[in-house]
Amino acid sequence: MVDVPFDTVAGVPPAEVGEVELYHPRSWWTKYVFSQDAKVIAVQYSITAMSIGMVALVLSWLMRLQLGFPGTFSFIDANQYLQFITMHGMIMVIYLLTALFLGGFGNYLIPLMVGARDMVFPYVNMLSYWVYLLAVVVLAATFFVPGGPTGAGWTLYPPQAILSGTPGQDWGIIFMLASLILFIIGFTMGGLNYVVTVLQARTRGMTLMRLPLTVWGIFTATVMALLAFPALFVASVMLLLDRLLGTSFFMPTLVEMGTLTKYGGGSPILFQHLFWFFGHPEVYIVALPAFGIISDLISVHARKNIFGYRMMVWAIVAIGALSFVVWAHHMYVSGMHPYFGFFFATTTLIIAIPTAIKVYNWVLTLWRGDIHLTIPMLFALAFIITFVNGGLTGLFLGNVVVDVPLSDTMFVVAHFHMVMGIAPIMAVFGGIYHWYPKVTGRMLNEALGRFHFWVSFLGAYAVFFPMHYLGLLGMPRRYHDIGETSFIPASAHDLNAFMSVAALIVGFAQLVFLFNLIWSLFKGKEAGGNPWGAASLEWQTPETPPGHGNWGKELPIVYRWAYDYSVPGAIRDFVPQNEPPAGLSAQGSHP
Amino acid sequence: MAETALTNNVEPLARPEGWRGIAADWSSDQRAFKNVSWGKAMMWIFLLSDTFIFSCFLLSYMTTRMSTTVPWPNPSEVFALTIGDKKIPLILIAIMTFILISSSGTMAMAVNFGYRRDRAKTAALMLATAAFGATFVGMQAFEWTKLIMEGVRPWGNPWGAAQFGSSFFMITGFHGTHVTIGVIFLIAIARKVLRGDFDVERRGFFTSRKGHYEIVEITGLYWHFVDLVWVFIFALFYLW
Repeated sequence: MVDVPFDTVAGVPPAEVGEVELYHPRSWWTKYVFSQDAKVIAVQYSITAMSIGMVALVLSWLMRLQLGFPGTFSFIDANQYLQFITMHGMIMVIYLLTALFLGGFGNYLIPLMVGARDMVFPYVNMLSYWVYLLAVVVLAATFFVPGGPTGAGWTLYPPQAILSGTPGQDWGIIFMLASLILFIIGFTMGGLNYVVTVLQARTRGMTLMRLPLTVWGIFTATVMALLAFPALFVASVMLLLDRLLGTSFFMPTLVEMGTLTKYGGGSPILFQHLFWFFGHPEVYIVALPAFGIISDLISVHARKNIFGYRMMVWAIVAIGALSFVVWAHHMYVSGMHPYFGFFFATTTLIIAIPTAIKVYNWVLTLWRGDIHLTIPMLFALAFIITFVNGGLTGLFLGNVVVDVPLSDTMFVVAHFHMVMGIAPIMAVFGGIYHWYPKVTGRMLNEALGRFHFWVSFLGAYAVFFPMHYLGLLGMPRRYHDIGETSFIPASAHDLNAFMSVAALIVGFAQLVFLFNLIWSLFKGKEAGGNPWGAASLEWQTPETPPGHGNWGKELPIVYRWAYDYSVPGAIRDFVPQNEPPAGLSAQGSHP
Repeated sequence: MAETALTNNVEPLARPEGWRGIAADWSSDQRAFKNVSWGKAMMWIFLLSDTFIFSCFLLSYMTTRMSTTVPWPNPSEVFALTIGDKKIPLILIAIMTFILISSSGTMAMAVNFGYRRDRAKTAALMLATAAFGATFVGMQAFEWTKLIMEGVRPWGNPWGAAQFGSSFFMITGFHGTHVTIGVIFLIAIARKVLRGDFDVERRGFFTSRKGHYEIVEITGLYWHFVDLVWVFIFALFYLW
């Protein structure tokens, strides 16, 4: 699809911006450690995020061991269980998924996909990573402070988050909040870079409506993050002041262990509003990059143009905008005026429309496509299935009357793990299998990859599908030991044990994946420049892996969108974005 | 990767006016905001994000002020100064506001002289702006000291709701930090202007990029934003 760009000379618009000054590293340290190259920063972000993610994975094993076999493991007590929950949730949502999608995929793909030599401010980009690393170190340090990490739950609700009944009240909560503040500062520096690079540093011919959907997803998510993280920043600062200085922003008058606390007059609901004004957009900050990546994977591996590109873009933008007016659907059980519940339920259900558009368009892209069941494609299909699954239970929970009885049960845990745990991580894996050849020049091992996919996908279903049923039975979440209850049958305990075994096996498959990443780096099959036959710009670099400055001497010129697959009459079944239309010389007539 | 060209040299293109122009810009390649450099775009987007931070702070303050059951101290009495036996409400805040608004004027003039390449006047006006800002922070320190001497603490005060002190120290402290950072930036950029860094395209110490006079304007954007935020704090905290 070659649409005519705005004022062109023979199909090529004139360059508006001169060449950028690149920072040229002079030593090993500035090239690989304190690097200003977005590609190196992306790898640093990814490795850090996956390392801390491994900690969260181990925590989930420990939780599952306790839930599946209560009383068997004496080293897990109730306090530790709460600490595991908190750290698992916080790490997975913020320090793994957000950092990996935006800091990892964003840094690597944005400059390559828009045809830039680097991010617009490489130095700030480098600072972003180091502040993020500091945030991760502070977070990891909470495991070693007296009293251990905080056990307040990943939502850190006051008043319990800073009262003495909660584990980690001494140091854990302070480190946690400090780490969040650092993360937000670091993210803002990177996020500004991503947004400005997409808006202001595209190559000639690259209009916004020719961007691959991956860039659209990451771009919209970054804009959302820049507007949503401030609420978490403010909430963290105020909670930190409540804990350290004894202010009472969030703390009502209450009695603790028989004595009146020093607090009084604050509003715990205020924290919930601030937290979820961040927290709900956060769901889509994780989901939108996944949407984008999946769109590209499906199109490339089904050898077909994406169905309804414009609708896909507007759906991403609409989801991003709507996600700022639904936050209180996380607070139905906190109590609110029925009209507010009505409003937030309505906006929540409206989000289903653009989301459904996306799902239909993915399916219609697959329709009559030349589907190659490569590993990225398998993960993309798994994403669609898990995302639809989690999305449908989201419709249940978006309604006030259904949410209230289900809210404190395992049903909610199953829902959000499907929709923002399993689904985005499927997109992460698909993306890694897809772009690993570009990053390293070698393919990931096929057999290990297929093993990893099937165990992860089926295993994740074995863990989370029965969990819906447990939730409907009324099994509460956050409990470290259910004990004997009349409404939970003995078979539910067997199911819990089964899920725990499945979780251990899924976790083991991730170790295979990590082994594959390292092994293939040295022994993987040589990939060549464009092993998937993809049309988007990042596969057209002169070198693989892309060299310093990405593009060699000349920046590429873009003539078409990123989805020209199986074009009738074309020689190959894909036409790269920088291939000029017939009758135009390679660089156009405008130098 | 040539070392010569800049990010700001704009070739004038014939483009439609008004809304059609905006639509044309956003559907064009390379840049969505024509004639806007990277640095300026980044500052605008940062300010948008920072707006959300201050909005959250102010909304939280208003929520706690409305939800607390203890009466809120009267700001006109708390922030009054006794000058020559007369108690004048909000006099210090009025002077502080006047100084900060004036500093926006000197900043705007500095931007103008910067684009005229008048190094001495630009640097002088930037330093004047920084001096106004430092005076503002100094007076804020005086105000804090006075309140602390009178027994106001983040966790309580003699006159009513504890949230009064908490919100006051948090919000003015966060704003004062912004002003202080602005003052440091102004002094650093003024030094570069005076040294002629932007005329000889000397490279930055950290970023190793060439500087332009536009950085004066970008610093100005930040400074005007900090002033604007103060107007809201003034209205919502002191006048309410």
